[in-house]
Amino acid sequence: MQKIPAIELNNITKTFGKVVANKNVCLTAYRGEILSVLGENGSGKTTLMNMISGIYFPDEGQIYIDGKEAVIASPKDAFKYKIGMIHQHFKLVDVFTAAENIVLGIKDGKYNLKASIEKIKAICDQYGFELDPNKKIYTMSVSEKQTVEIVKVLYRGADILILDEPTAVLTPQEIEVLFKVLRRMKEAGKSIIIITHKLNEVMELSDRVAVLRKGEYIGCVNTVDTNESQLTEMMVGEKISLNIDRSEPKNSKDRLTVKNLECLDRTGVKVLSDVSFTARSGEILGIAGIAGSGQRELLEAIAGLQKVNAGEIIYINPKTDSVEDLRDKTPKQIRDLGVRLSFVPEDRLGMGLVANMDITDNMMLRSYKKGRSFFLQRKAPKDLAEKIIEELSVVTPGVSTPVRQLSGGNIQKVLVGREIAASPKLLMVAYPVRGLDINSSYTIFNLLNQQKEKGVAVIFVGEDLDTLVELCDRIMVIGSGKVKGVVDARTTTKEELGLMMLKSDFESEGGTDE
Amino acid sequence: MSETNAVKTKREPLFHLVKRDDMKWWSAWLIRIGTIIIGFLLLCFISMMLTKESFGSIVETMYRGVFGKLEQGKTKMLWSYLQKTAILLGLSIAVTPAFKMKFWNCGAEGQALAGGMASMICMIELGDKLPYPVLILVIVFTSILAGAVWGVIPAIFKAQYNTNETLFTLMMNYVATQIVKYYLYIEGGGSNKINPVSEGNLPIIGGNEYLLNIIIVLVLTVLIFIYLNYSKHGYEITVVGESQNTARYIGINVKKVFIRTMIVSGALCGVIGMLLVSGTNHSIDTTTVGGQGFTAIMVSWLGQFNPFIMVLMSALVIFLQLGSGKVADSCHLNSSYADIAVGLVILLVVGCEFFIRYSVKFRGSKKEDNK
Repeated sequence: MQKIPAIELNNITKTFGKVVANKNVCLTAYRGEILSVLGENGSGKTTLMNMISGIYFPDEGQIYIDGKEAVIASPKDAFKYKIGMIHQHFKLVDVFTAAENIVLGIKDGKYNLKASIEKIKAICDQYGFELDPNKKIYTMSVSEKQTVEIVKVLYRGADILILDEPTAVLTPQEIEVLFKVLRRMKEAGKSIIIITHKLNEVMELSDRVAVLRKGEYIGCVNTVDTNESQLTEMMVGEKISLNIDRSEPKNSKDRLTVKNLECLDRTGVKVLSDVSFTARSGEILGIAGIAGSGQRELLEAIAGLQKVNAGEIIYINPKTDSVEDLRDKTPKQIRDLGVRLSFVPEDRLGMGLVANMDITDNMMLRSYKKGRSFFLQRKAPKDLAEKIIEELSVVTPGVSTPVRQLSGGNIQKVLVGREIAASPKLLMVAYPVRGLDINSSYTIFNLLNQQKEKGVAVIFVGEDLDTLVELCDRIMVIGSGKVKGVVDARTTTKEELGLMMLKSDFESEGGTDE
Repeated sequence: MSETNAVKTKREPLFHLVKRDDMKWWSAWLIRIGTIIIGFLLLCFISMMLTKESFGSIVETMYRGVFGKLEQGKTKMLWSYLQKTAILLGLSIAVTPAFKMKFWNCGAEGQALAGGMASMICMIELGDKLPYPVLILVIVFTSILAGAVWGVIPAIFKAQYNTNETLFTLMMNYVATQIVKYYLYIEGGGSNKINPVSEGNLPIIGGNEYLLNIIIVLVLTVLIFIYLNYSKHGYEITVVGESQNTARYIGINVKKVFIRTMIVSGALCGVIGMLLVSGTNHSIDTTTVGGQGFTAIMVSWLGQFNPFIMVLMSALVIFLQLGSGKVADSCHLNSSYADIAVGLVILLVVGCEFFIRYSVKFRGSKKEDNK
């Protein structure tokens, strides 16, 4: 088959402040093929696609469409070039019908819904969509909404379709239907780009795979010529040595046991199912997984912030050896039970700290209730703030500076410092070094190691596999809300973790750890 | 290369906004005060254009509207000005705890009316049955209770069913107004009006009927400042207002804080209602609060939730209301003129906050070096 390039990217670079999201990316998608763009979190997949669909504008480089250089400065321009993007989070008006959403924003003279519905039906018949154009969006299932999004871009005549993680929200049956439709579109000569990190889907669906890592284009391979482990290797890259000091765990005892935990999200979808593991004192337990695999819900369930549907969360108090079930307890009840649990959440300014309050007042968050006085005691938190500023070398004009004015690394030092100052027995940290420079990262790693040596059970949710492999003692891998396995961090490799993370449910049930 | 550069310049807008965190507090205040002066001058010039009066006579009319005739040296107008300022200030500090919690209490009007209504009922029904000190205590208690109930109902619904508090508090205003209307109908007979009642009036101190009100409001202002900034409750209010996620994370019961704070907010409104009915008017009608419950929302925001700044802001707003009211009156302008005048100045004050927070950078002011 002769290949006609539909879209070509040439040396695309995009930076956000100091962060380089894409660096000299070259990529070509042909007509009548499905191209997968594969990469870890933060590898720049979505940024790249946003540039094609006109949401961002590249700092450098050119985009060629049908061989001609194109300027895509807005989503409108993207439509002009027949590019349609289906976002991960649907952009539909809930109270409108499917047809109304599809024609929304098209200015071609007359508004004739009847004719539009006919056209929508024709598109559905052509590609095999099941869609009722008169159904309101809010009564639709997730997969129906996705269908509306796809039909919407086809209605506008898109030839190049970009789908951002289209299968993340679908059931296996719905995925089958989606794939069938995508294949039909491919046969009709459309060029389809899907962003994903599910290896099995890549292998099943796409003709070619382009791999991005840390914003850089690694390479493009034909699906038939490759296999999962080669792709994983391309994704995770060479091992980088971080030289984090790691001591052997000393007299580890069980501190937290989670059994068969199950949680639902607000829409009733299972985000955690049958999660069981144990965190031990004097040890760092890493949790690895693609973002959104249930890490946040897991930590929040333990901290009493997420409703638990089934299962147990058992805390073993090291002082008294008494056993407490933390399930269905509020954070206050957990604290009143004498459970010394500290939690550094992923969302630092939205949950861990109050952005507009100064460092002293943020220090008080955990302790302000102490004492019977009606009034606040600011002396102790102020001393603590000064101590943390000095010991962790936080760069700030003073203790009365609002934390939002600090840099990311310093914000994190304030938060971790406060959580550690509560002398926890169980410390949970979520992505503690995300967005931090290398020195701040090492400060945080050292703090965690100190806690480990003090006999604290540390749970570390991370995304960078290099860090996990070098810092943790054991690593638990989770994927789509399920435990995919627990490995010894001293003997595992990034490839092993990568494969475990990306393995689909079906495979993990068939073959256990290799 | 030249093509991409051309694209870039085309994309750069005429101006863009940059957030600034570095402005000194005194320069921010200089901007604010400057804006008020500019607003005042603008108001005078517009008045001059409309009335064909001289600048001097406009200023003099405004001054007379607020403080009375220059030469007489009488203080009655001045006291009335202070009383009005005190009532507006009282309502402003009353809504502030709720606002700081990002609970949009738009029901100060109704909560104050409920408090006033409770006072009125006590004055009429119990006026001749109870000894004076007991009567006053009963009035204070019931009006606080009535205001608190009016405030807490939307809070309970918000906490339990996540209803929209803005609409709910607004609706409660209409309920309060209708109840007062009904009461006027049954109590006032055909006239729909209650003649001033002499029982159960708050004591007059210092020979001035407004002095007690003013003192009470000032004391409350200090208390609320302390409550918001130095108490554990105030701390919880701040955390809930800034981020409910953080509040949950550290174990604050958000629902409890909603309900407790709205009790405080409503109770304070109730006190203001009592000051109006039992303190000065000795009667009630549907316009007793006179829309100041809504103006209070603006004052609270203008004061940036700081009770002491609200003192200045309510003084400014009442000054503009009375002053331009007098201009409208003496120059036969429409009575809406006063509202427009207040709106104009406040618009400028709000607008200047934008320039305190952001600076405007025009295209080309920052030259990129092209190779």
